[in-house]
Amino acid sequence: MKKLLCTLALCGSLGAACFSPVHAQLSIEIAGVGANRVPVAVADFAGETASGRALTSVIRGDLANSGLFRLIEIGPGLNESGPGNFADLKAKGADALAAGSLTDAGGGRMEARYRLFDVNKQVSLSGLARVTTAAQLRAAGHQIADDVYEKLTGVRGVFATRIAYVTRAPGRYALQIADSDGQNAVAALVSPEPIISPTWSPDGSRIAYVSFEQKKPVIYVHSLATGRRTVIANFKGSNSAPAWSPDGRKLAVVLTKDGNSQIYTVNPDGSSLQRLSNSSGIDTEPRFSADGAFIYFTSDRGGSPQIYRMGANGGEVQRISFEGSYNVTPRPSPDGKSLAYITRREGSFQLVLMDLASKQVQVLTDSRKDESPSFAPNGSMILIATEIGGRGVLAAVSPDGRIKQRLSVSSGDVREPAWGPFLQ
Amino acid sequence: MNKLLLPALLAAVLAACSSTPPAGDGAPVEGRTADTGAKVTTVTTGSVDATGLPRELTDGKSILSKRVVYFDYDKYDIKDEYKDLVAAHAKFLTGNRQFKVLVQGNTDERGSREYNLSLGQKRADAVKRNLMLLGAKEEQIESVSLGKEKPADDGHDEAAWAKNRRAQILYKGPTGNGEF
Repeated sequence: MKKLLCTLALCGSLGAACFSPVHAQLSIEIAGVGANRVPVAVADFAGETASGRALTSVIRGDLANSGLFRLIEIGPGLNESGPGNFADLKAKGADALAAGSLTDAGGGRMEARYRLFDVNKQVSLSGLARVTTAAQLRAAGHQIADDVYEKLTGVRGVFATRIAYVTRAPGRYALQIADSDGQNAVAALVSPEPIISPTWSPDGSRIAYVSFEQKKPVIYVHSLATGRRTVIANFKGSNSAPAWSPDGRKLAVVLTKDGNSQIYTVNPDGSSLQRLSNSSGIDTEPRFSADGAFIYFTSDRGGSPQIYRMGANGGEVQRISFEGSYNVTPRPSPDGKSLAYITRREGSFQLVLMDLASKQVQVLTDSRKDESPSFAPNGSMILIATEIGGRGVLAAVSPDGRIKQRLSVSSGDVREPAWGPFLQ
Repeated sequence: MNKLLLPALLAAVLAACSSTPPAGDGAPVEGRTADTGAKVTTVTTGSVDATGLPRELTDGKSILSKRVVYFDYDKYDIKDEYKDLVAAHAKFLTGNRQFKVLVQGNTDERGSREYNLSLGQKRADAVKRNLMLLGAKEEQIESVSLGKEKPADDGHDEAAWAKNRRAQILYKGPTGNGEF
């Protein structure tokens, strides 16, 4: 029996590897843009072969998909020394120009150079040089796009960050790690059982998640580079909802070993377990505020699931959400000023954003099955899982609701997104 | 990429089939660098092999082969129609102290995954409490939740949801053989 099962598993794995892409690639599609997009020209990088403009296309793709820039078409022939005169660019309506080159640096390496110009003032705003390889060319492109983004918006870019998400095909769950634009996906974990609630360590080297491979929910911390996994909570009952403290020294987790779901903290190696919440109902979905002072969480202590917060070491509990009878999955913004969560309105589950000072709540989507919001580390977008045409997809929306992106794979479900931290 | 992964996948699957139990740690596999030297290594997990339980637990004519208790919407108490089923399992566990059960609670698909995990736990706990009231010992029972992750029916209507709001009982025998 065991032999037969293994033979079947072998065929299954081989079949999947042979006939379909092992890493279902996410593709990004923009569905809404900002109110005032900066007109920017990105010149074809000199020295890039016309057939594979990886660098130029990554930079253009990043800027266009962000919804904050309008790309101005420009002819060839420029590099990082800029144009002889800016009149042509000005006439085309460009406010800024990014231009650069790619040269052979020997030993299979390349040097990417770029400069950003203010077209109206006719001055250079910034410049970068990156020694890279063919395999790393996209990463260099994301870094250049981040520089353009930061110099023109005043906000640090997130193009060079990574995202995690879970794909589901029949009998096969995979925790995928991809670039922010969905490219270069690599599976960190493949399992026949569900994987939920991935969250990045603040330094981006590890992911905590819940895996059901032992027929019950168990929390693991997984080092991405080595694949080494540590069980940090496998107590009797369910173990779920891990959340890192901002300093990476502990995690809030939810355990049922003492009854209903309650919140505890534990070190990333599984030591120093401490109970934080003490209610007779359900307390779950903990998330630390960016300054580490509070833990936001979902609780049904008042009869319906609502959002509360307590001190990072427990203590006094304060109710945060009041409107409606189902408010779950709180995610504090990186700047600490707002809180994203999921609310139920007329049977639909939608992403909302609360301004924590005024308690004003804005509905950000019109979809029906939003789940698991995750802020970009610069706060510019909120990534969610939702459903379109019966399939799980990822979507991203800006906190003002204007910019909308959709990320989907060609087949199967995508869910449980988690946006990684800034690269260090 | 496929070329790179294929032998690795094969190795991981073969490793899972060797005499060592396919526990959490699969053979780490070298993935490719995604960006700025940030490497990701693939791990493949195994699954549980369910064999060797006594016939009275698996024979379709035995009430003990019935392992699922269904719940009403937003309800966590055991309905009268499932009391005999739970009582039969309690009796088996009382007479066979070397057997253990894993009770998995489940919910329908609506709402947050983690909140549903907590709700599913309440259903598993209800079954556990009943088994204990009828003589089973706490150390024989673990109640856990699968939330909305393992629906019995993939549909999106009330008929499907009703089949998914359930708790199921898995057995493990004295030698560690069984369903979990």
